[in-house]
Amino acid sequence: MTTAMIETTRQIQYREALREAMSEEMRADKRVFLLGEEVAEYNGAYKISQGMLDEFGPKRIIDSPISENGFAGLGIAAAMHGLRPIIEFMSWSFSLVAADQILNNAPKMLYMSGGQWGCPIVFRGNDGAGGQLASTHSWCVEGLFANVPGMHMAIPSCPYDAKGLLKTAIRCNDPVFFLESERMLGDKGPVPEEEYTIPFGEAILRAEGDDCTLVSFGRPVNFCIEAMVELAKEEISCDVLDMRTIRPLDIDSIVRSVKKTGRLVVVDQSWPFASPATEVITQVCERAFDYLDHQPVRVNSDDVPTPYAKELEQAYLPHKGKIIEAVKSTLGLV
Amino acid sequence: MTTATASKGRDRKTGASAMLPDDTLLGWLRDLVLIREFEIRTMQAYSNAQIGGFCHVYNGQEAVVVGTFAATIKDDPIITAYRDHGHALARGMDPKACMAEMFGKTTGCAKGKGGSMHMFDRPNNLFGGHGIVSAQTPLGAGLAFATKYENEVLGEGEKRISLCFLGDGALNQGALHEAMNLAGIFSLPVIYIVENNGYSMGTAIHRGTTMSDKLEAKAAAYGIESLTIEDGMDVCAIYDKFKPFADACRRDQKPGFVDLKTYRYQGHSMSDPQKYRSKDEVGSYQELDPILTLKGQLIEDRGCLTEEDFKAMQKEVRAIVREAVKFAENSPSPDPRTELYSDVFTDPLPNSSPSGPYTHGEANHLTRGDA
Repeated sequence: MTTAMIETTRQIQYREALREAMSEEMRADKRVFLLGEEVAEYNGAYKISQGMLDEFGPKRIIDSPISENGFAGLGIAAAMHGLRPIIEFMSWSFSLVAADQILNNAPKMLYMSGGQWGCPIVFRGNDGAGGQLASTHSWCVEGLFANVPGMHMAIPSCPYDAKGLLKTAIRCNDPVFFLESERMLGDKGPVPEEEYTIPFGEAILRAEGDDCTLVSFGRPVNFCIEAMVELAKEEISCDVLDMRTIRPLDIDSIVRSVKKTGRLVVVDQSWPFASPATEVITQVCERAFDYLDHQPVRVNSDDVPTPYAKELEQAYLPHKGKIIEAVKSTLGLV
Repeated sequence: MTTATASKGRDRKTGASAMLPDDTLLGWLRDLVLIREFEIRTMQAYSNAQIGGFCHVYNGQEAVVVGTFAATIKDDPIITAYRDHGHALARGMDPKACMAEMFGKTTGCAKGKGGSMHMFDRPNNLFGGHGIVSAQTPLGAGLAFATKYENEVLGEGEKRISLCFLGDGALNQGALHEAMNLAGIFSLPVIYIVENNGYSMGTAIHRGTTMSDKLEAKAAAYGIESLTIEDGMDVCAIYDKFKPFADACRRDQKPGFVDLKTYRYQGHSMSDPQKYRSKDEVGSYQELDPILTLKGQLIEDRGCLTEEDFKAMQKEVRAIVREAVKFAENSPSPDPRTELYSDVFTDPLPNSSPSGPYTHGEANHLTRGDA
């Protein structure tokens, strides 16, 4: 676990942080290329790759037709052959049509080949509810895909982490599923000019407290911080652990915190059944059961298809109010 | 029912194979015999329950790999589906590593982690062996993308082509159509070779595939030039047609599509009762047997082989295959304590799994060269 971030006054958007990570790594290593829908001439469906075509040219910033299964597989074999592909899914929701390639091939290639061919590839794109996109476009794939061995899964909650984790992902010799959030692309945060990377499997402690451990991944970390601020007004203090990666999972930091607070709330934007939240809770029960003063509580999206109507979508997603209620329940206050 | 088509109208004296020395064609014959004899042993071992899982043998189709590989260089990537033993052997994999893999032994090409359907051979640029129908076709496009990128962006390597083999059943998977569109749009030097044996499992091609008598139309839809090889049981006929086609794809760094008509003598897999075709049909193709055809050409046309030479070749190959079986039988099974959790990650990180730490894999037997 870490608490250290490089101090800076420079503020950039989450999307700019992603772009900086890709551009810096592409300057450093000509084997790195970006391929996806609308990444080049359109400058990115969400403007993440804006300007990259101008700098790197069409042989390295490559517009793909809408063929997720095809271009995911293309990237996998390019990685096996020695290149360093970044494959952009406009949304992770669209990765489902590429499931065979990203789940059957990328994470299993090294094993199936008896160690002959690894797959140094990054799949990245928007994950989670984007804002009234309804059921098919609002996937939180972490619940589904984290079940598969053989890949790392990173999920940054802020611009600083978006850049540092993506640079690590691009340099990684194994497949990385990199889950971004459309809702955060315009968020600004401190990102230093100087070079840095963030290691996989090391959580960061966003806030320190004694009463309850809040564990989260990606965008909902920000809701945990909002809840922590509100709870502090009622003199309830929380550790807020931003896991940064789901696989590897920095369970040691979680266990250390739970041993201090005795209470655990896990906030995870995927559905509750067999989710990262249930995995965290299972591992805590295996390793720190005797330290728990209350049963662990999970805050997930509700177990229904993602609705369209604003009121329904808001009710469905994890948010500050649900987290406050969950923390209070562990303290016997509700 | 399909019918066997004999070589017609081809002049063996002017084809590309006619220019090759006797030794090259004798080498082809030896490869054909090696694959045939190897698969006979494979079937025996499967019947003896020494090989598990799914197992698909190559008998009858041997000319496909021998004839097409002859048009490649060693740096050309090769990828195929699950009927892959012939590809492994023709590409140069040690028969011991191939057999040991099926026996699930540590000395197998994938240390016993892949099995019959997953023959990988890095030293020979064989990128598998893939079990999901057509899953290898986007990968084929990616291999071609990589060689072209290396050549054009990194300034590394010469112009290469990638051969991506598929069965006729794979024609109906979306993956192939996405892959061919990408290959067409990006002008990727990949050649999709349909090993058209007439059946996807038990479904005759016309029952599952539109335009089955004119598969080149599918390639045309993606702007890809195609080649149809009717006499795909004849290794020289394959080479004569495929070599100039492959050379053009290499020179122009563009994709190709080949409808290569062949036939499998055995069932789809080892558990296929074959009620969908007649013995007469199988027999009609066995009359065109690739080994007998090439043997006849070498004895009659070239005069570089005698019956005695052929018998000696068979004897030598059978000894190699017997040795491969013995090697597989005597090789150690993988130890779960070291092998279960290795080769999951190139660089294992702590806390990646709740069930145990991942470890570095031992160097592969093929890449280490001691199979």
